[in-house]
Amino acid sequence: MEAYHGHGKEKESQDLPRVLLFKPPPDFHLFGDECFSSNKFKFLKAWESPLPLDQFLKTHAQSVEAILSSGGAPVTAETLRLMPAVRLVMTTSAGLNHVDIAECRRRGITVANAGNVFSEDVADLAVGLLIDLLRNISASDRFVKQWLRPRQAAEGDCYSLGIGSKLGGKRVGIVGLGSIGSLVAKRLDAFGCSISYNSRTKKPSVSYPFYSNVCELAANCDILIICCGLTAETHHMINKQVLSALGKEGVVINIGRGPIIDEQELVRCLVQGEIKGAGLDVFENEPDVPKELLALDNVVLSPHCAVFTWETFKDRQKLVVENLEAFFSNKPLLTKIVDND
Amino acid sequence: MESIGVLMACPMNTYLEQELERRFNLFKFWTVSDKTQFLKAQQNNIRAVVGNATAGADAELIDALPKLEIVSSFSVGLDKVDMVKCKEKGVRVTNTPDVLTDDVADLAIGLMLAVLRRLCESDRYVRSGKWKKGDYKLTTKVRFTGKTVGIIGLGRIGMAVAKRAEAFSCPINYYSRTEKPNLKYKYYPSVVELASNCHILVVACPLTEETRHIINREVIDALGPKGVLINIGRGPHVDERELVSALVEGRLGGAGLDVFENEPHVPEELFGLENVVLMPHVGSGTVETRKTMADLVLGNLEAHFLNKPLLTPVV
Repeated sequence: MEAYHGHGKEKESQDLPRVLLFKPPPDFHLFGDECFSSNKFKFLKAWESPLPLDQFLKTHAQSVEAILSSGGAPVTAETLRLMPAVRLVMTTSAGLNHVDIAECRRRGITVANAGNVFSEDVADLAVGLLIDLLRNISASDRFVKQWLRPRQAAEGDCYSLGIGSKLGGKRVGIVGLGSIGSLVAKRLDAFGCSISYNSRTKKPSVSYPFYSNVCELAANCDILIICCGLTAETHHMINKQVLSALGKEGVVINIGRGPIIDEQELVRCLVQGEIKGAGLDVFENEPDVPKELLALDNVVLSPHCAVFTWETFKDRQKLVVENLEAFFSNKPLLTKIVDND
Repeated sequence: MESIGVLMACPMNTYLEQELERRFNLFKFWTVSDKTQFLKAQQNNIRAVVGNATAGADAELIDALPKLEIVSSFSVGLDKVDMVKCKEKGVRVTNTPDVLTDDVADLAIGLMLAVLRRLCESDRYVRSGKWKKGDYKLTTKVRFTGKTVGIIGLGRIGMAVAKRAEAFSCPINYYSRTEKPNLKYKYYPSVVELASNCHILVVACPLTEETRHIINREVIDALGPKGVLINIGRGPHVDERELVSALVEGRLGGAGLDVFENEPHVPEELFGLENVVLMPHVGSGTVETRKTMADLVLGNLEAHFLNKPLLTPVV
């Protein structure tokens, strides 16, 4: 490609500010290398170098002012130490657990995420996993297409082929009533569910009942939906106590992060029938999924793809480019980190 | 009432069967080898028939049962009951409206999400171990929020589907025999026009002579290669052969089907398609609702034989 650039164009390109990419974003695989391109900046692609990352950064990234973290490429204190000129860390996700926020604050680095661009898609997946779980959609589809027979239904077992559990009238407990959680609530409200929530702080403008601790929330709902971010506080927040409070008739849906749930405990509860079922888009050690889950009909599994719709990719690409262009023009960013709930 | 003969058309629900057995003199039609002989022998005993979406009371059966007083259907749809014949003979007919509306509407939305977001394919992908082997290959997953939903039949179930879809910011268009006043949804005077103006088309009307094959080649073409058909009505609403070839050839974007023309037969050509989700006719299939439906069937029968007003009569 470069061979075709005239001398003038190459010089122009050399003057463009650079944005560091650690790993190729999934967008590149799907849409080609130009999907985040702009005439206001260019990318420095760490993976194209044979050098180990720290050497690469020391050699080539000393004047780089912006990092675009995609595919969960971690931005650690160590990385930031090797890039003294960085003033912006932009991530393509909503989640920020892979960015050392404290270190960024210490260094005065702005952190921006993808805002709410895919909140709806994530909320839609939460509802989809829930209906699939309660109404055995994937299990039935498997059966009808003869991929896998469901486990033999015991007398009165409501998982006998296709017979599921009613959604309307069920009590839904949302953990984390941020942009995603609110959209989940709005949707399930229309199905006749009653909504309550737990959050770091109570939201005065919201009329749903608030529970100050997750255990109490679990004890008062039939469906627990994890919509919060992963932090030190929320790590393994859904533990034995919470699952026990949720009880034998309860189900859990996780579209947050795997480590929010004590996965070993969850698996044990599912296998032993101590909770009724689970819909999971995220796991503690992706892409590893506990093998016990693979044999269960009362779980619905998804490979961390809540944001993978064509529309979200397009919206996100636009947002990333606009944010980076704003940054390099010293204009306000469209999204910065906001502390949800 | 233990002497009153009740004919159950086919297996439908264990609790219902047990209760019918307990309260009446129950005959299970599917256990009879020579049905003609059986009907001749029992014709003076059978005063009620309990049917469902699979088997009900056709003209032949009604004629064979001179003492038939009531047909109580374990369904809301009455396409398996010869209503004209029943009216002629003064046979009462009851169904199970309202109690199953929510479950059927829930399933319609569930199927929309399953098709657009490839839930079943994703689940299979994880179970097969493919996720561990490499990056998830993105197949054409489409956002559900904001997609225009077209509903055929805006009765109880159609309205319930609309209410749910609205929570996902989906604009709602519909086709009905007559336009409904004071509705914020947009009316289209024909199914083809509706199909041309929506992303997801849902069949939610009763099956009658007029609505048989209401989804035909023309409608499928109008819905198009990005369009999705959801059928939570009856199999014969759809020209199944046309549907199958459209899906196989990629002329239709996807389908979520709970019903088929010749249940339990499902066209095998659909089995390999990831943009198609198949369910074994379980629109009302939740433990809670099936019990409520069963109680309604029993309640209607008891009311009839106690000369009380029927709970949910149609005729």
